[in-house]
Amino acid sequence: MADMKDPLIPVVGVVTDIRIDTPDVKTFRVVTPDGKKAFDHKPGQCAMLSIPGVGEAMFSITSSPTNTEFMEFSIKKCGCVTQWLHSMEVGQQITIRGPYGNAFPVDTEFVGKDMLFIAGGIGLAPLRSVINYCRHYRDRYGKIDIVYGSRSMEDLVDYKEIIDEWVKDEGINVHLTIDREQPEWNGHVGFVPNYVKELGFSTDKTAILCGPPIMIKFTLAGLQEIGFDKTQVYTTMELRMKCGVGKCGRCNIGSKYVCKDGPVFRCDQVDELPDEY
Amino acid sequence: MQEIKREVLVAKASELLGNGTVDRVIGWKNGEFDYDVTPAVFTSAEELEKEFVWNDFCGANFSKYLIKETGKSEGKVMVFLKPCDTYSFNQLLTEHRFDREKVYVVGVPCNGMLDDSKVRACSEGIASVSEENGKVAVETLYDGKLTFERNDMLAERCINCKSKKHTAYDELLGEDGEVLDSARFDEVEKLEKMTPDERFAFWQNELSRCIRCNACRNICPACSCEKCVFDNPDSGVENKAVADSFEEKMFHIIRAFHVAGRCTDCGECSRVCPQNIPLHLLNRKFIKDINEFYGEYQAGAEAGSRAPIVDYTTEDIEPSEAVERGGDNA
Amino acid sequence: MRKISLDKLNLLFSEIASKNSLYMPVDTEAGAKFEKYNGTQTLSDAVNTVRSAKDFFFPQTENLVDFKVEGKNIEIIEPVNEYEDFVVFGVRACDVKSFEILDRVFLAEPVDTFYKNRREHGIIISMACNKPSETCFCGTFGIDASSPAGDIVCYKTDDALYLEAKTEKGSALLDSLNGVTEDSDSEAARAQQEVIKERLAKLPLSGLSAEAFGADKTKEFFDAPEWNTLSESCLGCGTCTFVCPTCQCYDIKDFNTGREVKRFRCWDSCMYSDFTKMAHGNPRLSQLERFRQRFMHKLVYYPTNNEGIFGCVGCGRCMAKCPINMNIVKVMKKLGGNK
Repeated sequence: MADMKDPLIPVVGVVTDIRIDTPDVKTFRVVTPDGKKAFDHKPGQCAMLSIPGVGEAMFSITSSPTNTEFMEFSIKKCGCVTQWLHSMEVGQQITIRGPYGNAFPVDTEFVGKDMLFIAGGIGLAPLRSVINYCRHYRDRYGKIDIVYGSRSMEDLVDYKEIIDEWVKDEGINVHLTIDREQPEWNGHVGFVPNYVKELGFSTDKTAILCGPPIMIKFTLAGLQEIGFDKTQVYTTMELRMKCGVGKCGRCNIGSKYVCKDGPVFRCDQVDELPDEY
Repeated sequence: MQEIKREVLVAKASELLGNGTVDRVIGWKNGEFDYDVTPAVFTSAEELEKEFVWNDFCGANFSKYLIKETGKSEGKVMVFLKPCDTYSFNQLLTEHRFDREKVYVVGVPCNGMLDDSKVRACSEGIASVSEENGKVAVETLYDGKLTFERNDMLAERCINCKSKKHTAYDELLGEDGEVLDSARFDEVEKLEKMTPDERFAFWQNELSRCIRCNACRNICPACSCEKCVFDNPDSGVENKAVADSFEEKMFHIIRAFHVAGRCTDCGECSRVCPQNIPLHLLNRKFIKDINEFYGEYQAGAEAGSRAPIVDYTTEDIEPSEAVERGGDNA
Repeated sequence: MRKISLDKLNLLFSEIASKNSLYMPVDTEAGAKFEKYNGTQTLSDAVNTVRSAKDFFFPQTENLVDFKVEGKNIEIIEPVNEYEDFVVFGVRACDVKSFEILDRVFLAEPVDTFYKNRREHGIIISMACNKPSETCFCGTFGIDASSPAGDIVCYKTDDALYLEAKTEKGSALLDSLNGVTEDSDSEAARAQQEVIKERLAKLPLSGLSAEAFGADKTKEFFDAPEWNTLSESCLGCGTCTFVCPTCQCYDIKDFNTGREVKRFRCWDSCMYSDFTKMAHGNPRLSQLERFRQRFMHKLVYYPTNNEGIFGCVGCGRCMAKCPINMNIVKVMKKLGGNK
């Protein structure tokens, strides 16, 4: 018994790099004190990060599982824990436990499919893990389209990686958009849901959707308008979580626990859930 | 037994609903047994006829429900208030917690309410509870009929009833009573006579049972803050854990301070406590002190009155005198 | 089957307590509660303790881990918990069943080791209910109060206590008590069980059925208009949750002692307004949603995830303690069409 570790007890993680993505998003690189990855994960899974005395919170793991050296978390400043994380300097230790939740079916349903990633704002964070996983195993998937929008140019997360790597990849089309005109921006301007409709994708793709609830709602409606079925669309959800292992009782929607049965749901599965999220 | 009959209350509520004076009625709804009465909103005479109950277990004080209920629509809410409930009603008006114009108060006389936990403690398996020749008759599942003196089954706050007089109403059913000369401070005096160590031990024992369910706070008409300090994660007082025995004491003591001068001594805190902690004694200590320091003051006796502790006068007691009076216990 | 006369019960308790910590229901001015046996208490006859027996395995507050924070460094100090066998005497059939319901949560992968350790070290001596209360409805959930589960089951007659081991752990303990108990046939115990069965059948709530509820019925009940009136006077306190033997929601919090940060787990309540609150909103904004969650969890969600087993054991504590007398029985009757 004594050698069995409780799932609620974390390990120490060291923040080895902090990247400022946008005015309110930073990406943190985390390894264990001996310089290794804290644990393996699958694309879409989450981890509990904490600062003792401040609190613990669930974040999606932004880096791809194919990165064997470290994990990354892109985190938007919005609450108590995130505020503290944003004030950290390199070298700071935090605690980490996980991985939690299911994952995107990258090795099953997604294989052989044309992929359409649609993200809004910080919604790119959980998708980045999947996108980079698909890029790593490029020949397993068909064409890849990425539609990504934010309020402004400054609010586009991972802009450097998108420009330096994603757009240069063969067979990947990146479609960026921002909400309002900006002098230095010569790309598309407009909201994500409308842009998706304008682009008019062929409907044999598998779509993955992540962003603010309002964006998800309208984008899903838009996708259905152009002929997508809900069974082709995946999303990832977020509710308040404390344990991460389906026991503390607060992240359920009906009988499903987001931390354990989610966070990844297919949109037809979301329809089966009661309207309480 | 209550002197006013259920039929009279149902008729009054039905009349006011029928003639459009009000569109909802806050009253007591019957339950599975004779004693498990639930506060409820009635909107029709049929509902009232079927489910309204008025008996010796209608202890719930509806004043606080008016905050929520008056906010729901433009129409008027009728509420039944017992004499002691009207004090909370006035106090809430003093604190501008709801619009008086949206409430129609029907005062009901009260002969004291029974404490269901006392009745349940003396009877194993209750089939029914009724009144017989002024006594409480309990038909039990295993021991036949048991009869108890009504006084022995009364709620503590009713044994020490402070007033049979309604301090606010639009209409009164039956006769109004008088403010009573109650013995409600006797227990407090006993506590005051204890040594600090004895008193500490007394409260230690009582408060150690607290399970942090917040029932006392949530029922309390004086606890009507939109956001309670204990729900603020930065308050420095742990709101859920019984992490340290200090915490639960602080919760109750801070709460008693917060309601000081506003607590009408309605006794709901002690009624709802699942652990039978005599929380009202903390509040009564404050009331007694206020009375002694500043002259008699009863919160809620009239709407708009200013409690002495929020009303500075040059006559106010000097802190040094208060400390002196406390002697070694100060 | 073993037997001991009631006037010798203290011998039995002393014998058990000489080897393990013994807890049993004792009457106090605030109702019955489980207390550690110290040689002086007498066993309570109350049907229910005010707080349930879940506390033994899932205490209201417990330390999970400590952190020492120095500059940028964190040291994680796992508590060293030495668990010893303990005996809980006089657990009622409903509470014994509640352990199974808690097991399905805490022992599901990944296993909660704190709970598991306590559970493995606890020995349950249950007691058939001679005088079930009017608030009892364990029968609704298939529990037989005349025949509780447990490591050892006791039946009490007018003059003696009969003990029957049901598990290996129970047999070992019962054997060790041979010095104070005597061998007996089971006639008197069976007769007592018959009396109890008759009494159970006559309880006011004996006809209450849970048939309308169960696995995969979320859609049938989630949007029922009845939730409105059922929840309208709910105070949003945690009384029902905290006296409930099966409620197991918890919070994890940190407490800075000045020397270290203690991370502890404490009971939480889905009835509390901040239970699901996030930095950017709350999916359960009103008391209706929180109230609905609690009862849907017991009657639909839990069965959905646990092969139809309900998350209520019919102990009646919520009926006795809710400040506004709203409870699962009223909910079941209103929603489930029970008369």
